[in-house]
Amino acid sequence: MNWVAWKMLNGDRAKYMGAVFGVAFGTLLIAQQTSIFVGLMRRTANQILDVLQAEIWVMDPKVENADEIKPLAETDLYRVRGVEGVDWAVRLYKGQARVRVAGGNFRQVILMGLDDDSLVGAPILMKQGTISDLRITDGIIIDRAGYEYLWPGEEPRLGKIVDMNDRRAVVVGICESAAPFQTFPVLFTRYSRALEYVPPERNRLSFVLAQPKPGYSTQQVCDAIEEKTDLLALSRGQFMWRTVGYFMRTTGIPINFGITVALGFVVGTAIAGQTFYLFILENLRQFGALKAMGLSNGRLVVMVLIQAMVVGLVGFGIGMGMTATFFEATKNITNLRGMHVPWWVALGTAGAITVIIFFASLLSIRRVIVLEPAVVFRG
Amino acid sequence: MIASAAVAVSCRQVVKDFGDGDSRLRVLHGIDLDVLEGEMTLLVGPSGCGKTTLISIIADLLDPTAGEIDLFGTRQSRLPRTKRIQFRARHIGFVFQQYNLLPALTAHENVAVPLLINGWRRSQALEKAHLLINEVGLESRARNFPSQLSGGQQQRVAIARALVHGPKLLVCDEPTAALDATTGQVVMELIRRVAVQPGRAVIVVTHDSRVFSFGDRIARMDDGRIVDVQEVEPALAAPHEPRS
Ligand SMILES: Nc1ncnc2c1ncn2[C@@H]1O[C@H](COP(=O)(O)OP(=O)(O)OP(=O)(O)O)[C@@H](O)[C@H]1O
Ligand SMILES: [Mg+2]
Repeated sequence: MNWVAWKMLNGDRAKYMGAVFGVAFGTLLIAQQTSIFVGLMRRTANQILDVLQAEIWVMDPKVENADEIKPLAETDLYRVRGVEGVDWAVRLYKGQARVRVAGGNFRQVILMGLDDDSLVGAPILMKQGTISDLRITDGIIIDRAGYEYLWPGEEPRLGKIVDMNDRRAVVVGICESAAPFQTFPVLFTRYSRALEYVPPERNRLSFVLAQPKPGYSTQQVCDAIEEKTDLLALSRGQFMWRTVGYFMRTTGIPINFGITVALGFVVGTAIAGQTFYLFILENLRQFGALKAMGLSNGRLVVMVLIQAMVVGLVGFGIGMGMTATFFEATKNITNLRGMHVPWWVALGTAGAITVIIFFASLLSIRRVIVLEPAVVFRG
Repeated sequence: MIASAAVAVSCRQVVKDFGDGDSRLRVLHGIDLDVLEGEMTLLVGPSGCGKTTLISIIADLLDPTAGEIDLFGTRQSRLPRTKRIQFRARHIGFVFQQYNLLPALTAHENVAVPLLINGWRRSQALEKAHLLINEVGLESRARNFPSQLSGGQQQRVAIARALVHGPKLLVCDEPTAALDATTGQVVMELIRRVAVQPGRAVIVVTHDSRVFSFGDRIARMDDGRIVDVQEVEPALAAPHEPRS
């Protein structure tokens, strides 16, 4: 009879497609919006996640995110180095600077000042130039998207000159870096040079990056640093969540996306549920005939569930396909780069669609169960 | 021959009420009726007299308010629910006025449905269905969907479907009412020829006096009561040709 259920569904293409469309639409809204939300939230922490060479971030305990930084004192670096289990610890400057490009325009940029010796925190993926070129006096590396932002329409090439705090900087490398939350260019330079590119301040050591010795766990060393220095020491992942958590709490972004996702859920349920219910209603006489002919309620419910599941699977597939197509089509758009559908968002969407299908078929199943088989004799 | 035939369906003091309280309506007022195996029993009477209600109760699609029904010696009301549904699936065939074929299935596939309900494998069910499609003379239409068939053809498919699983009881509610006179005759002839067999009882509800001669016995109803049961004269019934 499952075969009959399948045939019935295919026999009513219009309703079938309508219900599938509802599910697909719901899937698209839920998966796409959640993925963009996740991508956006991740962007708040992208400059943390991009530093792969160090496991531990040490900061002032008041720091709540990677953008609003309360600098450390120079002595803090040495105190961290003195903690047991710390293999090495280096400086990192992270702040915003203003660059002046030829023509006099000012632009805000994110400036990363890397430890002069080790260059820990340097970009991983270079498009042009090499990281060691940062040792050239005025050398800076800029991310590709930032380059496009500063020099729109120009073919990326090395040797471009900008001005920061009245000091010259030469582009010696172009890298790929994960998109920051604010779509500013990301500039990399040496720590000592970075201090010259920003207005003077008493303390300018944004973070200390540290690595545990072999044999010590990250958490162990973080705990040791916190105990010895009263500073906050977090693993990369912890710092990411601290930052993401901050933006989740303090911005309207989660609510806005939450509303859209909820809308996708409701609209998906409404369209899928309504068309599916109409499909069942229209076939009620046929279900009645099957019931009269001795098909039990249990097997009728299985038939309806199969029909609902086919609608759900096909709709989910199409919706996911549309979502993937969207991100594939937009991956070269600078503002949307790095956005994708994380597997767990796909899984969560599948869960949501299951719930949609459940609600959509609930009413239908009820109708089929209470259906009097004697109706088949009525005209 | 008729006198010695076994009783297939026996109704005793069957009462049916619809609704309750003030809107309570008694539709059947203590029906007593025996339907014999190997015969076609016609149930006739004016519109609204309760014919459909009675055959729904006989076919166990409706529960009577009072009274007893035995089907082939089994009192359905004493069986557990699942057994009753199983009995209906195995032993009862239905032909409806509105055909009630599944529009998404071909004629051939429609005929296989009762076998699928009875748990047959699809390939075997379709094989068996093919024999029945041939028997009702629709071999060339087997792959057509109901929407591509005439009313008479659809009813022939429905008859094949009603008989494919070899039921002991065939229940037909106004099988010719939606058909023109000639087609109605063809359909009645077909029921007469393929359905009426030893060991099987056939009940046909009809308005249509032109097909009365196809029956072996006519039970007349009026206002929820059986008013009389008459044997159709063998002379009329035997050649299974309608009187014109
Ligand atoms: N489910 C129901 N609820 C309430 N009343 C009903 C129901 N089914 C039938 N009736 C009533 O019972 C009476 C008999 O109906 P039934 O359909 O059995 O008559 P019938 O002899 O088959 O008529 P027809 O020849 O027009 O088909 C009618 O008055 C009808 O309105
Ligand atoms: Mg009727």
